[in-house]
Parts: sequence; structure tokens; C-alpha cells
Amino acid sequence: MEIISYIFLIIGGIFFFLGGLGVLRMPDTFNRIQAGTKATTLGAFSILVGIGFAHPSWIFKLILIIVFIAISNPIGSSVIARATYKSNNIPTNLVQDDMADRGEEK
Amino acid sequence: MIDIIVFSLLGLGLLFTLIRFVKGPSLSDKVVSLDTFNMIVIGVIAMLALLFENNLYLDIVIIFAILSFLETIVFARYLEGKKDGNN
Repeated sequence: MEIISYIFLIIGGIFFFLGGLGVLRMPDTFNRIQAGTKATTLGAFSILVGIGFAHPSWIFKLILIIVFIAISNPIGSSVIARATYKSNNIPTNLVQDDMADRGEEK
Repeated sequence: MIDIIVFSLLGLGLLFTLIRFVKGPSLSDKVVSLDTFNMIVIGVIAMLALLFENNLYLDIVIIFAILSFLETIVFARYLEGKKDGNN
């Protein structure tokens, strides 16, 4: 049981590290949103599951936190991306622009 | 031993997001790095709950998650209201 918990904690730490590295090293804002949100969501899940394997009696609060992060973090990422698109400093080399196809104004 | 490895990985992630927060060229980069910073702080507080073997740190994680979500939404709405853009 402890070995499984340690494996999950190490995976979570590596994903948090990669999220920070992606925020530092990616070339423009949308790539930074992608790296910084998805990697840290998986890292938070993995660390909380590792704590759940180490202490099985804390499972109720851990499930509550996991459900809240699974709801709130994609909403936050989507809202930041939409605000970035609307604030006129987007990169000019977009391959596909679905917001303009839907008739949304910049 | 395992605590030292995980805490040093989380600390490196915090350092990278802080560097991006200081030198981010536009305002939305700063909002993105602040969001990532909050998620890594959630991981740090959860690891503190495991280190001190205390259940109450998970309550702090719940409150911090709610407050960081509201903070992201509020900063993004402020960013959407700024039309001129480039800082």
C-alpha cells in the first residue's frame, strides 16, 4: 500500500514540475494555458490519490477535493482562453479560428 | 526521503511559474502563471497534510481551491474588459 502511494506521489510531483516548466518554456499564451492547466490537473489528482492510498480514512475529503478540481480547473482554463482571445493580443499565426467562425467579436 | 523528492519537484515548479509571472510579456500570461501557481500550492498543502499526518490541512485545501477558482474567474473577467490589450 505504501509503495503504491509513493508511486502516485512521485507521478504527481513530476507532473507539477512539468506544468511549471511548460508555463516557463512554451512560446505563446495559448500553449502556456494548455501546459499550465492540464498538467497541473493531472498532478493534483495523482497527489490526492497517493494521499488516499496512504491514509484510507481521509477518502471523503479527498474525493470532494478531486471532484471540485475536476469541475473548476477546465472552467478556469476556458475562461482565461476566451478572455485572452477577446483582449486583442493573440498571436497572428493561428491555423484555425473557431471563435471567428462562430461570429464572435474580438 | 519521498517527501524531499516531491517537495523539491513542487518547489521547482513554483520557481518556474514565478519567473514567468515576473517576466510575462502580456497580462494574460501573468493570469495563467497565477492559476498554475495556485494549483501547485494546492499540491504543497496536500503534501503538508501527509507530512504532519493531520486531517485539517485538507479543509485548507478545499477553501484554497474555491478561492483560487474565484480569483481566476475575476481576473479573467477584468482581462476581458480591457480592450486595448498589449500590457
